[in-house]
Amino acid sequence: MIKTSATRDVVTTLVVAALLITIMPQLIGTYTLTVLVVYGMLGLSLGLIWGFGGILCFGQAAYFGLGAYTYAIAAVNFGESTLPMLLAVLVPALFAAILGAMMFYGRLTDVYLGVITLVVTLILFKFINSTAGPQYKIGDARLGGFNGIPGFQTLNVPGRPNDYIWGDAYFYFCAIALVIVYLLVTWLLRSSFGRIAVGIRENETRIALMGYDVAARKTVLFAIGAAIAGLSGALFANWAEIVTPGLFSLGQSAEIIIWCIVGGLGTRFGPVIGAAGLAYLKFLLGQQSMIDNTLIIGLILVFFVLFLPKGILPAVTDIWRVSFGRRKRRGARTRRGRGGRQHG
Amino acid sequence: MAETVLETHGLTMRFGGVVASDHVDFRLEARELRCLIGPNGAGKSTFFKCISGLLTPTSGHVFMRGEEVTGWMPHQIASLGVGIKTQTPNVMDQLDVFENIWLAARRFHDVAEANRKAEDVIDRLALGPIARTNLGELAHGERQRVELGLVTVGDPWLVLLDEPAAGMSAQDVERMTDIIHELTRTAAVVIVEHDMQFIRSIAQKVTVFHQGAVLMEDHVDAVMSDPTVRNVYLGKKA
Repeated sequence: MIKTSATRDVVTTLVVAALLITIMPQLIGTYTLTVLVVYGMLGLSLGLIWGFGGILCFGQAAYFGLGAYTYAIAAVNFGESTLPMLLAVLVPALFAAILGAMMFYGRLTDVYLGVITLVVTLILFKFINSTAGPQYKIGDARLGGFNGIPGFQTLNVPGRPNDYIWGDAYFYFCAIALVIVYLLVTWLLRSSFGRIAVGIRENETRIALMGYDVAARKTVLFAIGAAIAGLSGALFANWAEIVTPGLFSLGQSAEIIIWCIVGGLGTRFGPVIGAAGLAYLKFLLGQQSMIDNTLIIGLILVFFVLFLPKGILPAVTDIWRVSFGRRKRRGARTRRGRGGRQHG
Repeated sequence: MAETVLETHGLTMRFGGVVASDHVDFRLEARELRCLIGPNGAGKSTFFKCISGLLTPTSGHVFMRGEEVTGWMPHQIASLGVGIKTQTPNVMDQLDVFENIWLAARRFHDVAEANRKAEDVIDRLALGPIARTNLGELAHGERQRVELGLVTVGDPWLVLLDEPAAGMSAQDVERMTDIIHELTRTAAVVIVEHDMQFIRSIAQKVTVFHQGAVLMEDHVDAVMSDPTVRNVYLGKKA
């Protein structure tokens, strides 16, 4: 039972991913698709810690930006991309681990957690913005203030700095990276760690009274979320070929939260689809000048909060169940009645 | 002479000017069942919270199996093998009965053993038919039973229960009594309770709290017939 449902999950993921990766490039250019995939990964990072860990981070953009800047700075210094990619995952994770430990061991409540993550993002934004002078440099990389860092080494085949991965190949690289991260998240959520994390989301006191160190577990989950956001930041840097302080902006942070709400909190695929969908919508709206696109995004958010508070994915699943799932569901129930376990 | 599993020396808790717990000296032996009673505001729950780590006492000491645990976090105390049930139901509403109990079992066992343990407890507490139902959809008595299940699944040697019978039907209370009796075969149990009927049916030794301090400590019958206790507690309640 355990094996089969896990296997089914992996197979479904791979089949859906293969279909999307084959079909989508026929409909949308791979250049645009790449950034949608990157945003999907960023959405997934918040979807994991918020939807499953109950940690509402208002500053997920901080890790996104940190990942992008770490990659850019390291790439300028090393002249190749493999080590910078690793650093772009590790630096945000470490930063989040330290910040998270302070917040969670300090027993901060949700509101203060939101405020602190928000303020950290603001500080990073202000700081990076004010680094225009030549004295702000790390190794050979000048931080460049408002102008950001252009012209760094982009992704290359490991060990061969002159073989760049770009264009269509880069899209496939990002898509496969997203699939791998998605499967890792799936695995994490099925593991004891993931199940306990969901328990923490549901009732922190109870989990503590069971003898689990809630602060340590939240810190680890927070760092994992930051690692994924950092990776998406590095992929974004490679796509844009420039990093700017705008990555740390509050607008960016707010957008990630909206992706999760619209896509469906507490699901894995929801935040991915929410991110890609809304980002594409923003891209389309950006081509016209009649209506400001933040207005539309705002309207969509209000619409979802009012009418589909669970988000797209749960709504679609519900409709599917009501219209087609009758027989299947009854079958599942009898199976459970015989003592089978769904995810045990 | 049985082993002492829980001991407090001069346990005091102040909230501003209010002394909620006043130099409480308390001893509990292995496999003992002890009820803490007293009128509202007598300091039972404060005392309970101090020993379970939910509050850090202002002064005094708490020992568990000879080890000083004063000021420990709840998760550290629970890790020793202490099962704790708080006054308000603390369960995970969006998760089903099995998952709730499994999470508690997983703390002390590997996955396979936790699966077995959880099934075991579900059988023992007759939760089988609702094992896949989310806690949020259950009746109050069932939720209490599940919470008792997840407190006991880790095979604790000390169980702390704050008002386990509150708001339960007579039938549920009866079942709860059986469960608690079974618990005392392996664990010492401390129960904070209001329900005199329930206390009479399970308790032997009772500790009476009054104004933060221990008023008396004796067999339940002796306590019930004591005039002072009647005045401070039963008299007020009746």
